[in-house]
Amino acid sequence: MHMKEKAVKAKESEAAERGTNFNEVVLGYDETEALKEAGRCLQCKNPVCISGCPVGIDIKKFIDEIDHRDYKGAYSTIREKNDFPSICGRVCPAEYQCRKKCVLTKKGSPFASPEAINIHFLERFIGDHGMKNKLAPALEKNKTLSRFKVAVVGSGPAGLACAGVLARAGIKVTVFEGLHKSGGVLRYGIPPFRLPRDVLDFEIDYLKKMDVEFIPNFIIGKTKTLDALLSDGYAAIFLGLGAGIPSFLGIKGENLCNVYSANEFLTRINLMSAYKFPETHTPVNIGQHVIVIGRGNTAMDAARAAIRLQRMSGLPPDTTILYRRTELEMPARRLEIEHAREEGINFKFLTKPEEFIGDSIGFVKRIRCLACELGEPDSSGRRRPVEIKGSDLELPCDIAIIAVGLTANKILTKVTPQLKTDKYGDVIVNPDTMETSVKGVYAGGDIVGGEGTVIEAMGMAKKASNAIIDFLKTKK
Amino acid sequence: MKIFDKKILAEANGARIVRIEILSGHIASAAKAGQFVVLMANEDAERIPLTIVSADKAKGTITLIFQEAGYTTRLLGKMNIGEELYAVAGPLGHPTEIKKTGNIILIGGGVGIAEVYPVAKAFKEAGNRTTTILGARTKDLLILEKELKNVSDEVHIVTDDGSYGKKGFVTDALKEILSGPSSLAPGALVYAVGPIPMMKAVSSLTKEFKIHTIVSLNTIMVDATGMCGCCRVTIGGQTKFSCIDGPEFDAALIDWDELTNRNRIYTEQEKHICKLEGFIQ
Repeated sequence: MHMKEKAVKAKESEAAERGTNFNEVVLGYDETEALKEAGRCLQCKNPVCISGCPVGIDIKKFIDEIDHRDYKGAYSTIREKNDFPSICGRVCPAEYQCRKKCVLTKKGSPFASPEAINIHFLERFIGDHGMKNKLAPALEKNKTLSRFKVAVVGSGPAGLACAGVLARAGIKVTVFEGLHKSGGVLRYGIPPFRLPRDVLDFEIDYLKKMDVEFIPNFIIGKTKTLDALLSDGYAAIFLGLGAGIPSFLGIKGENLCNVYSANEFLTRINLMSAYKFPETHTPVNIGQHVIVIGRGNTAMDAARAAIRLQRMSGLPPDTTILYRRTELEMPARRLEIEHAREEGINFKFLTKPEEFIGDSIGFVKRIRCLACELGEPDSSGRRRPVEIKGSDLELPCDIAIIAVGLTANKILTKVTPQLKTDKYGDVIVNPDTMETSVKGVYAGGDIVGGEGTVIEAMGMAKKASNAIIDFLKTKK
Repeated sequence: MKIFDKKILAEANGARIVRIEILSGHIASAAKAGQFVVLMANEDAERIPLTIVSADKAKGTITLIFQEAGYTTRLLGKMNIGEELYAVAGPLGHPTEIKKTGNIILIGGGVGIAEVYPVAKAFKEAGNRTTTILGARTKDLLILEKELKNVSDEVHIVTDDGSYGKKGFVTDALKEILSGPSSLAPGALVYAVGPIPMMKAVSSLTKEFKIHTIVSLNTIMVDATGMCGCCRVTIGGQTKFSCIDGPEFDAALIDWDELTNRNRIYTEQEKHICKLEGFIQ
């Protein structure tokens, strides 16, 4: 009986050892472990796990292929739907997606049970196997489409996924990126200890091998307008602009020195390699008491980066995540919460920041908070935090990192009135085709729907790229 | 992005002001007065914002002027014609709102003169009467005097040490103009760029005289496209991002003390890396 066997845990570097570097934490499965985990799959007649995957990977099939040691087959099965198995196998919140749907997850559980098949680890095993063995699937260049060129704006998850599908169809793709390196949030947002840079570079190089051209330092809406891009002869344009603007709390003292947005803190570390200062020239500050305010993966990433910097600077680790609800309501991946704890991060739940207090030269020193209790559920279904009057408390804080979300990047939309946006500044699209209010211009990822996951962005990009292909086929 | 031309504009007491011209056709075509680029000298470098002093659309070049102040500007100052900058992106920020309002007083302090020049030129071309005040520590550090004279109806020069023009600060010259007999027409505007203490002093003076004043801020930036919020400033009690909401703001509304503090966040690291490289003792 498969069912009685316990899930195979992926190997991880020791918590004590990982504290002082930015190397990858989860080491993944070896072949024996992958085979053992694949063997636990029940191969359900009705594989509901697939409905939990935003890009619809044939999970049942690829696991069966692993079970039969047909890794090449498994690689092709995944690549049919997802060009980035090594990335998604590392960053997908599988416990809210495919694994939550797995029949081994207990009914009514808010996220996957530990018994659910570790689909993401198997995907990663296959992705890495493909990377090591250069299992790139053959390109089927479609001659009727190769006369078209398409522009992709933004090289984050949505842009990369769209470029992959289009290039595979034989279309000449040019990706415009505002920063100096490609990858978007995969590069500036997700730390190397979760997504090693060689993995990201491999997946981007793979697209380059498919003739995708990457133009960095090019900001559509600034360097060139959308109209100018259309008149440059691009038959269609995909906008993967991302949710770029960090939100702040709007409380007193928020602009004191050493109060960072998570975006800034992580960009300095991930994109600019500030942890190697002065070998690299971009600095980042660290202090004795780091407070991270947030609840999602970004908050976990920021806290885990901060505690590493504390250890690397010889400071006793003291990093705390403040959240006004409880652990149950945290949208972060369970694995990240677990990793954060293992690495020594403190959690202070039911605590709401009220004010940052600084010293005479404007650097943050303390944070004043209120305790909360959980009240009735709000519109999101989560129980609402209710402040307890008179529960004021002060915590020492010389680095604060605010990770409370992002809003739409408006650089392009602000100068392109014909591109219709909603009240949040998100681009409005036809949900069936992802086409915007401008004909031939499509959009996907966080710019059309707030803060989703990498794989959701890729799912939208996939839908858009298929619609682009249909659109080009109708062109004479 | 290749360095097409380079010139040391001024040099005195160990301070250097350098002008570089960079090949970048796209930025040159799109650039407007008041906008800036963000650049990286090499792959390990910081991303720093620099104002576009001029753009030559035909040649496809942009001109940047900087004073070697911190590590990155010193690194940039060492680069030569023909060398490639690792990254240059732009034009960023809102362009200056150029209109005909009558009298414009333009004030540039130190290397800030370079940022005032394109704005002065644009206001002059729009048919305004332009009065320019240029301030420098000493005569040898005064830049673009001739260029500014060409686009100004009136030029006042002050130096801290009195080696050229009048001895004093730009605010002394400004006060003299504002209290002088020839009163300014309504709609007059002061536009100032320079060190923070200078802009702050100009602002408090023009507040007294109730003259609308615009300053262009040089905050610390990383991406410079609104992603990080490092450049945030408080304007009339509201947080704004200098990169996407600025870089120009109404001087009267700026929280100058906060800005002064925030520009010192990395002073220690700056000193450390400059010492390591032997840039400073």
